[in-house]
Amino acid sequence: MLSFLFKVKISAMSKRKSKESSSANGECISQVQRILRERFCHHHATGKPFGIEHQYRHLLELLKRTTVHGESNSALIIGPRGSGKTMLLNHVLKELMEIKQIRENLLEVHLNGLLQTNDKVALKEITRQLHLENVVGDKVFGSFAENLAFLLEALRKGDRTSSCPVLFILDEFDLFVHHKNQTLLYNLFDISQSAQTPVTVIGLTCRQDILELLEKRVKSRFSHRQIYLMNSFDFKQYIKIFKEQLSLPAEFLDESFAQKWNNNVQHLSEDKTVQDMLQNLFHYSKDLRSLHLLLMLALSNVTVHHPLITASDLHEASKQYRMDSKANIVHEFQKFMQRKAHCMYNFEKPVVMKAFEHLLQLELVKPIERPSVRAQREYLLMKLLLDNNQIMDALQAYPNCPTDVKQWATSSLSWL
Amino acid sequence: MPNLEHPAYPAATLLRLESLVPCRESQVSMLLSIFGERQQFTFPSIFIYGHTSSGKTYVMQTLLNTLQLPHVFVNCVEYFTSRLLLEEILIQLQNCSFETKHASHVLCDTFNDFVRMFKQAVTSQDLQDQTLYIVLDRAEQLREMEANILPAFLRLQELTDRNVTVVLLSEIVWELFRPSTGCFEPFTLYFPDYSIGHLQKILSHNHPPEYSADFYAAYINILLGVFYMVCRDLKELQHLAALNFSKYCEPVVRGEANERDTRKLWKNIEPHLKKAMQTVYLREISSSQWERLQRDDGEPGQLKGLSAHAHVELPYYSKFLLIAAYLASYNPVRTDKRFFLKHHGKIKKTNFMKKHEKTSNHLLGPKPFPLDRLLAILYSIVDNRVAPTANIFSQITSLVTLQLLSLVGHNDQLDGPRYKCTVSLDFIRAIARFFSLLHLKEGQSIGP
Repeated sequence: MLSFLFKVKISAMSKRKSKESSSANGECISQVQRILRERFCHHHATGKPFGIEHQYRHLLELLKRTTVHGESNSALIIGPRGSGKTMLLNHVLKELMEIKQIRENLLEVHLNGLLQTNDKVALKEITRQLHLENVVGDKVFGSFAENLAFLLEALRKGDRTSSCPVLFILDEFDLFVHHKNQTLLYNLFDISQSAQTPVTVIGLTCRQDILELLEKRVKSRFSHRQIYLMNSFDFKQYIKIFKEQLSLPAEFLDESFAQKWNNNVQHLSEDKTVQDMLQNLFHYSKDLRSLHLLLMLALSNVTVHHPLITASDLHEASKQYRMDSKANIVHEFQKFMQRKAHCMYNFEKPVVMKAFEHLLQLELVKPIERPSVRAQREYLLMKLLLDNNQIMDALQAYPNCPTDVKQWATSSLSWL
Repeated sequence: MPNLEHPAYPAATLLRLESLVPCRESQVSMLLSIFGERQQFTFPSIFIYGHTSSGKTYVMQTLLNTLQLPHVFVNCVEYFTSRLLLEEILIQLQNCSFETKHASHVLCDTFNDFVRMFKQAVTSQDLQDQTLYIVLDRAEQLREMEANILPAFLRLQELTDRNVTVVLLSEIVWELFRPSTGCFEPFTLYFPDYSIGHLQKILSHNHPPEYSADFYAAYINILLGVFYMVCRDLKELQHLAALNFSKYCEPVVRGEANERDTRKLWKNIEPHLKKAMQTVYLREISSSQWERLQRDDGEPGQLKGLSAHAHVELPYYSKFLLIAAYLASYNPVRTDKRFFLKHHGKIKKTNFMKKHEKTSNHLLGPKPFPLDRLLAILYSIVDNRVAPTANIFSQITSLVTLQLLSLVGHNDQLDGPRYKCTVSLDFIRAIARFFSLLHLKEGQSIGP
C-alpha cells in the first residue's frame, strides 16, 4: 500500500516536473522563435556583417570625415539585390551614433526611390525630415536649387559659424535617375561639391551600370566613389554564416536550452546531406536573403514537440523554396489538351474555347499582338510561354492522365 | 488528416477553423506555422497562387477572421487605381481599431503619403505589436498600376518599420510579376486544385435538409462524372449542382422512383446535364431561363442562346456578297479558275503546294482579297446579270460596318480596297441554306 502510494507520488512528481520543463520549453521556444524571426524577417542588425570589412572601413572613414571634419562627399554603394547594402549602411550609422559629438549634430535624410517618385515629393520629404516645415511655410521658390539652398541656410544655428552636417541617403538610387532632368540628383551633388555646408550623399543601387544612366552634368559633380558589395564569400564561409545565423545569442534566458540548440546547429552544419543542400542553394543564389527564407521556413516547424531543427526540416524547406511554379500550373491543366478524334468524349467547340480562354487568363499562352477589332478571336496568333521540358514534367507528375494525351504529347514533343 | 495545433491559439478555435476549411488542412497548417504567434514577425510578403476557385480567398478570409488577427482585405480589381487602393487600405485600418467611431475621409495620393499615414495609424491603435496583415486579392492588377506600387508593397515591412505582412493572392505565377530590376522576393505558396475526391466531399457538404446525405452524394457523383473532365472550378460546379438538383429529384417527387433507384435517376438526368453543358455552362442562356426551361420541359430547339442572336437578316445581294467574300477569303487564287469558269484545265500540283497541304486554310484564318476578285466571284455565282451599281458597293460598305467583312489596310490605298471575311463556316452554311430552299437547283460548292 505504501509502496503503491509512493509510486503514485513519484509519477505525479515526475509529471509535474515534465510539465514544468515542457512549459519552460514552451516559453523557451516562443523566445527562440521571436529572436530568430526578427533576425530572418525583420533583418535586425546582429553583430558585424560578414566578409565586407574592407567596405565597412571605407564607408566609416568617409562618414567620419563628413561628420567630424566637415568635408562634403558623395558615394555610391552598388551590389545585387540582397547583398547587404542597407545592412552595411545601418551598421556604419549605428557605430557612428555611439560617438557623442556626431549623435548630437548629424542630421539624416532618408529618401527612397520607391516612395519619392518625383522631385517635388522628394523636396517636400526633405523639408519634412529636416523638420523645417514651419520655416518654409508658404514661401514660393523659383527653382529647386533655391529651395534647397534656403533649407540648408535655415540649418545654421544662431551662434555657430558652420551648420550641422547633413547626410542624404538615397535608397533605390536608380529610380531617382529617371526623374525629369535629374534635378534632385544634380542639386544634391552640386551642394556636395560647393562645400558651404558639409553634406554627404550616399546612394544605394542594384544596377551595375548606374553611372551610364547619370547625365553628364550630374556625373561630373559626382565624386565617382563606388563601394561594391559582391557577395564574395566562398562556400566554407557560407556554411559559417549559416551556423552563425541559426545560433542563439549568448544572452539567451535559458542557458541550457541555448547550449543544446547551438550544439544542434553545429551538428547540422557538419551533416553531409545538409551541406549538399546548402551547396545547391549556394549555386543557385549566393545572397543571404534566400538563406534567410529557407531558415525561416525550417524555423516555422519548431514547436514544443519538435524543439530542435532537424535535417529533414531543412530539406523540406529547400524543396518548398525551389518548386517550379509554372510546372505546378501546367500540371493541373493537362485535361484541356484533347484531340477530338482520339478521345472518348467529344466536346463541342465552344466548351473547348472556354477552356482555352482559361489558359489565356492564366497567362500560359499570350497573344503576339494586342487583339484588335479587326481580327477574329479564334484566329489570333498566340505564343506559348512554357517550354517542352516543363510540359513533359507536368505530364509525368499528373495523376490519372488519359493515356492518349500522354502519347500525343510524347509523339509531338519528342522530336524537339 | 493532421489536426491543426498551435500553442498561440486555443484548441477550440482551431477545431472550428478546421471544420470551416475542408480539404485545405495542409495549406492552413503551413500558414499557421509561418504566421507564428501574434506578435512575432513573419515574412514581409507572401505570394499565394493557384487556379481559380482553389480556395485562396476563402481560406485567407476564414483564417484571419476565425483567429481574429488584425487585417485589411482589399480586392485590386475593385480598387483599380493606386489612389483608390491606398485610400481603401487606410480607411479599413481605421475600422480595425476600436478607438475611432466612424471613418473619416483620407486623402492619399502617393505611396509616400501612404507610408506616413500608415505609420501614424498603426501606432495610434491598440494592436499591441500584433502583426497586421494586408491581403490584396487579384494582385495581378497591381502590375497595371504605377511601377513603384508592387515593389513598395513587397517591402512595406522595411519601409514602415512596423510589424506588417502583405499577402498577395493571384492566379498567375510569380515569374510574370517580377519587375525587370528585381525586387524583394516574397515567400510563394501554391494552392493545388481540389482533386475529384475533394470536390465530392465539399459539394456533398451543403446538401438540402429534405434529402439524405447519401442521395445527394450520389447526385454529386453523377454530376462530377459528366462535368469533371471539362470543369474543375468549384464555383461553377456548385452553381450547376444547385440548378440541376430539382430536375434530379423529379422522379422521386413524382413518385416514379425512390431514392435508391440510381439507374432511373441517371437516365432521367443525363440528357439534361448534357444540355446544360452546351448552354448554362457556356452562359449561352441565363440560369433563370434554364430553370424556366426545366419547369416547362420545353424542346431543346426552342432554346435561343446568345450565339443564336448573332444571326442577322441580310438583303438579297448582301447574302451573295457574303458568300462570295467567304469563297474569296478561303479559296486560294489559283483555284478560282477551276471553280468558277466553265472550261477549266487541270492544275498541276507543284512542290510548294505539296509541302503546305497540311495546314488547311480553315486553321489559318481568312486571307485578304481585292475588291475586283470579290466582284468577279459574285458575277459568277449569281444567275442573272448583276450591274455594278452604287447599290452593290454600298452593300459592301454596310457589310463592313456590320463587321461581317473587314477592311484591310488604309482607306487611301491607291490600288483599290482589300477586304477579309470575318464570319465562320456555320454562318455561311445558314445563309446558303436559305438559297437552297429558294432555288432548288442551287448547287454551289462551298469551300474546298
